[in-house]
Amino acid sequence: MADGPVAEVLLRRLETADGGLDSAELATELGVEHQTVVGAVKSLQALGEIIETELRSSKRWELTAEGEEIAQEGSHEARVFRSIPPEGLPQSELMRLPSGKVGFSKAMSNKWIRVDKSAADGPRVFRVVDSVEDEVQRRLQLVRGGQAEKLGEKERSELRKRKLLTEVTLKTYWVSKGSAFSTSISKQETELSPEMISSGSWRDRPFKPYNFSAHGVLPDSGHLHPLLKVRSQFRQIFLEMGFTEMPTDNYIESSFWNFDALFQPQQHPARDQHDTFFLRDPAQAQQLPMDYVHRVKRTHSQGGYGSQGYKYNWKLDEARKNLLRTHTTAASARALYRLAQKKPFTPAKYFSIDRVFRNETLDATHLAEFHQIEGVVADHGLTLGHLMGVLREFFTKLGITQLRFKPAYNPYTEPSMEVFSYHQGLKKWVEVGNSGIFRPEMLLPMGLPENVSVIAWGLSLERPTMIKYGINNIRELVGHKVNLQMVYDSPLCRLDAERGPPSTQEAA
Amino acid sequence: MPTVSVKRDLLFRALGRTYTDEEFDELCFEFGLELDEITSEKEIISKEQGNEKAHGASDVVLYKIDVPANRYDLLCLEGLVRGLQVFKERIKTPMYKRVMPKGEVQKLIITEETAKIRPYAVAAVLRNIKFTKDRYDSFIELQEKLHQNICRKRALVAIGTHDLDTLSGPFTYTAKKPSDIKFKPLNKNKEYTACELMNIYKTDNQLKHYLHIIENKPLYPVIYDSNGVVLSMPPIINGNHSKITVNTKNVFIECTGTDFTKAKIVLDVIVTMFSEYCENQFTVEAAEVVFPNGKLHTFPELAYRKEMVRADLINKKVGIRETPENLAKLLTRMCLKSEVIGDGNQIEVEIPPTRADIIHACDIIEDAAIAYGYNNIQMTLPKTYTIANQFPLNKLTELLRQDIAAAGFTEALTFALCSQEDIADKLGMDISATKAIHISNPKTAEFQCLRICVLFSSLSSAVSHLLLQVARTTLLPGLLKTIAANRKMPLPLKLFEISDIVIKDSSRDVGARNYRHLCAVYYNKNPGFEIIHGLLDRIMQLLDVPPGEKKGGYAIKASEGSAFFPGRCAEIFARGQSIGKLGVLHPDVITKFELTMPCSCVEINIEPFL
Repeated sequence: MADGPVAEVLLRRLETADGGLDSAELATELGVEHQTVVGAVKSLQALGEIIETELRSSKRWELTAEGEEIAQEGSHEARVFRSIPPEGLPQSELMRLPSGKVGFSKAMSNKWIRVDKSAADGPRVFRVVDSVEDEVQRRLQLVRGGQAEKLGEKERSELRKRKLLTEVTLKTYWVSKGSAFSTSISKQETELSPEMISSGSWRDRPFKPYNFSAHGVLPDSGHLHPLLKVRSQFRQIFLEMGFTEMPTDNYIESSFWNFDALFQPQQHPARDQHDTFFLRDPAQAQQLPMDYVHRVKRTHSQGGYGSQGYKYNWKLDEARKNLLRTHTTAASARALYRLAQKKPFTPAKYFSIDRVFRNETLDATHLAEFHQIEGVVADHGLTLGHLMGVLREFFTKLGITQLRFKPAYNPYTEPSMEVFSYHQGLKKWVEVGNSGIFRPEMLLPMGLPENVSVIAWGLSLERPTMIKYGINNIRELVGHKVNLQMVYDSPLCRLDAERGPPSTQEAA
Repeated sequence: MPTVSVKRDLLFRALGRTYTDEEFDELCFEFGLELDEITSEKEIISKEQGNEKAHGASDVVLYKIDVPANRYDLLCLEGLVRGLQVFKERIKTPMYKRVMPKGEVQKLIITEETAKIRPYAVAAVLRNIKFTKDRYDSFIELQEKLHQNICRKRALVAIGTHDLDTLSGPFTYTAKKPSDIKFKPLNKNKEYTACELMNIYKTDNQLKHYLHIIENKPLYPVIYDSNGVVLSMPPIINGNHSKITVNTKNVFIECTGTDFTKAKIVLDVIVTMFSEYCENQFTVEAAEVVFPNGKLHTFPELAYRKEMVRADLINKKVGIRETPENLAKLLTRMCLKSEVIGDGNQIEVEIPPTRADIIHACDIIEDAAIAYGYNNIQMTLPKTYTIANQFPLNKLTELLRQDIAAAGFTEALTFALCSQEDIADKLGMDISATKAIHISNPKTAEFQCLRICVLFSSLSSAVSHLLLQVARTTLLPGLLKTIAANRKMPLPLKLFEISDIVIKDSSRDVGARNYRHLCAVYYNKNPGFEIIHGLLDRIMQLLDVPPGEKKGGYAIKASEGSAFFPGRCAEIFARGQSIGKLGVLHPDVITKFELTMPCSCVEINIEPFL
């Protein structure tokens, strides 16, 4: 209570004090616990500028309970000495005294007493000297009298080792008048109450000021995962651009849709065990669209549709092999095949964002599964310029405006281009996506009209998210090892808004 | 993407000018290459094996250049320089010629025993070639690059190059029992049988990777000359007798394989690249190969093919407006000699034997676009008018996750692949009851995490194992593992995830399908069944499903499940079907996931609510 008796006394003393006063001294003068004075100081502090305080700390030696007892009664060894009469005392009796055990060995080593083991009724203890100086008691009394500094460092530490002394740090306040000093303080209200509102008493009451530098109490709430927040934004961008979402809810895919349909030859390194997870059960896809499969087979092994083909022995068994899809382009192939079956052809814009699986070497930026973002446009007469135009619009929505394009190779797109953007933090061009025009050898066997072009691009969801949220290790973002605090603390995902602090930029 | 390492100064000498690193990087970017790294042998060794080992190594500057995976003609210094010089119009693309020798033509006879193991072989001769140390190194390095890429680690094609002057034709390519093959292999001074060699090479860091190609076959492929000298035992090793050196004048090249097309491409690439150093530049001496059926083929093919492309097609596909003449010029800069013919809109393009990647007009169109400069193309927006639609399942998922987070649960994102133990053993189930799909090449991943322990200033390493054997059939294990990794967080922990699980389903084309599940867990000092039950009630409210067993409503009924504490499990029925379970987890499950507090959970399939 700010108007408690101690606070009042403190203010009155302070009014007449020269400069200020010390909280510990005041406690001694008033004969109260120091903590009581500290409480008064704190309550006055809360009232604003009434007092000014300065925290001071000082070290002081204090006696322990045992030290207190020795200062009073004498050391154990002295007490043992005094309890021995001139005719001696049986050792067993001496040991029963309160100070017996400790005092005996100390008194022995001080050569104050001796033991006669040959006495008739067992070992007997005798005085060696007539009188002793109880040095321990004297020293402890010095400390008790506040004169610990008269003792040497060695003496003090010896007493501390015997657990007779402790060093305590005393925190005291030096209190002086504040800019709004006054001895008359009235009780301040902490909060507005319904009663005050109804009675109108709030008009006459002073209110305790708020501490605006304190943190608020965070609301109890659930949180969305940062990577999926970014996924939502990408979905939003595609929807804003008029793209329809493809179904991708099939992690298991046949090699046919994952590779063959994309004109990716059966000896392609991506179809190796080292790169792709194949299935043991169910090992094979039983149903494939056989008419279409035959067109695909012919295109691979003999060519056609203006192509030389790869000229190798295409095997159905290889195409039936089930796997965990290595890219969402498998889903795009299914979507384009469905589109091709609709007559007449209607232009389409598709997108998907979902998981893909790779049998990769795992490290800080690679996992066996990650999310792929893919955009596809199918229409008559699309050009490379159109692809670049769509990419420019797409990346602008991500807040990436400086783009350039590098020729590249993908098995299923031709022409192909990698998309680079200038990274302000790294001061260099970094790859942000891959793109191209699907090969005729992929589209024509599906049954799409010859003058229809399909442009497509893809990127990973994890990479822009790691850059956005300044995460260096992918395991901190995806999977069960995620740090939930990071999830709790992650901000909104606003891809086109200003970039984060400089540390965020380093993440790339 | 293959990376070719070339000496910078050698490269610049061949290009006839020097570049700054930035200028050369720019040139690469424009051409579709990537200057990946600037380094030196010394730097590489010191990075990989430490500074001491690097002492005395060469510090000649090396450029490591990434080459597109289909451009086998750019896998060596000779090819890179030729490609760039033609691109910059400093030289014209050479015309590669096959000639018959004045004397006897070299012959390679294939016997029928090879049919079951490695049926194809092609051959050629580089006559009067002049090697230097650098040229020789490049020749060896090109073979290695081809082996690693188009040859699929020698499985499809293996190359052998020999000093022809040490041999005498005709050559025989046959297959024999390993115990019957005996020769002195490259860089050994003793003869070994094939069986012995296979044993010796098991510990050879380079060759051990190729042994599997023939290891368990009854017959091994082998090539002899007319005196019975072994040229090579493809795809493992050459003989020491015909080893080529810097001083070799005449090189006999043989490529054997299981893919005839690729063997021909590989031979064409080698001879087109290195005939540059022959007395008659870019001229290759033919060799004849007799197939088991008696047919005679002459190699290398060095086939030139003519393609006709309409100029307006190129303009239309790229989105530019160039004259046919200009387009022909652009293509010529890409080593595709082109001229305008016919009605003035036709461009005749000559595909040289170096460009096996050109298999369709679209490949020609891409080259025109590269020569034009991708970044010079005008960006335009297609006029494609479409109305966007969300995939209904994802739309429902998006709506639900927002409101479940609003109900106080935090979203997790866990892996779809996991161990058998996670989805079965730890949940008290047998794996056969899960209907899970199984991976045939599961991954055991060891994560090495180096942690610097400041207190003792020493390095300690922690290794954790992760086994990827199956796709998850439930979301619960992922959430429990997420809690286990976050035990330090203040309680209660309330987590949820909406994602796909995979179940075998023979009615689907691939024999398996995804289901979209919603799972939530509550982890605290008390099980909090009422909280999880309340969440289910809230979810049903959100899905507009009323309580009650009446048609269209939902209800929970006492049930049991191996993952649940007896008497604390209920099955959830909605819209007339079972959609999942909720309950308090069994203490054994809690313990197996390394948790210590009670935990309740709910997991449902949300697809019935579409």
